[in-house]
Amino acid sequence: MAYKAKIRVTLRPSILDVQGKAAQHALANLGYTSVESVRIGKYMEVSINEQSADQAGRVCTEICQKLLSNPVMEDFTFELEPVN
Amino acid sequence: MADVTVGIVVFPGSNCDHDTEYAVASFPGVRPVMLWHNDHDLKGSDAVILPGGFSYGDYLRCGSIARFSPIMREVMDFASKGRPVLGICNGFQVLVESGLLEGALIRNTGKKFICSQSTIKVVNNGTIFTDGYREGEVLRIPVAHGEGNYIASPETIESLEEHGQVVFRYTDAEGRASEEANFNGSLGNIAGIVNRAGNVLGLMPHPERASEQLLGSEDGRRLFESLFRHVAGV
Repeated sequence: MAYKAKIRVTLRPSILDVQGKAAQHALANLGYTSVESVRIGKYMEVSINEQSADQAGRVCTEICQKLLSNPVMEDFTFELEPVN
Repeated sequence: MADVTVGIVVFPGSNCDHDTEYAVASFPGVRPVMLWHNDHDLKGSDAVILPGGFSYGDYLRCGSIARFSPIMREVMDFASKGRPVLGICNGFQVLVESGLLEGALIRNTGKKFICSQSTIKVVNNGTIFTDGYREGEVLRIPVAHGEGNYIASPETIESLEEHGQVVFRYTDAEGRASEEANFNGSLGNIAGIVNRAGNVLGLMPHPERASEQLLGSEDGRRLFESLFRHVAGV
């Protein structure tokens, strides 16, 4: 069974996101002064072929911990959906 | 120094490998050997250097993919036996991604890629990489990086400081670790750290680019010299 994992990797809240800050300043220059902060992260789509959603979820957690995110500076979340 | 073999790892995207080879080869009796990322052996290396560059295009995170290349399994095994490993710039990023060193290197606070001369202070000259320097000595060594902002949890920083693992700090020419001297925003002005066992060093500045007077500084030379002397047992 194929599953699609939609993974979001974001910088931990304690870490300064210079990219987000630059985007926020640009938005302020455009007149969007109500935008108080911007945090930029990564979005990934991964296809996983496993027997069950549980197993696919385990694989997804593992790959996020090992490679797709760095726990020192990033957090990750994901959603799984079956693909026909 | 007699018969020292130094492995220099070449990842796709490494670009300081040949500069490092040149600097290493300038020491009599020291033989550089290039190690391709897909190699499975260190070809008799007595020490291993992970050079600067953009391994795997810096995809995902700097150093994150290089860390899983076949040669890194050998390097990690080598390091776990207490053998010396030196990571320069991207090599430092690979070392933190691999867990051989603690913390992480993120984008410079000023967002820019910074290519310039830097001044760093030798905070700990009691390592195999720095015993050729005086403690507190200020060195002129170039930097060239976009992600050199060293971060770690407060507990990790405290432990690094407590165990003398902070080896180099960005300072001004007088050796003051000021905010202005900390051009990339690193916690505690940290420019280089060593692991607890003392055999793995990572630093953002490029000692190979400061290894002869023609390059404007030879302050980086003694880092290699200290290491090779230690490896040769003299």
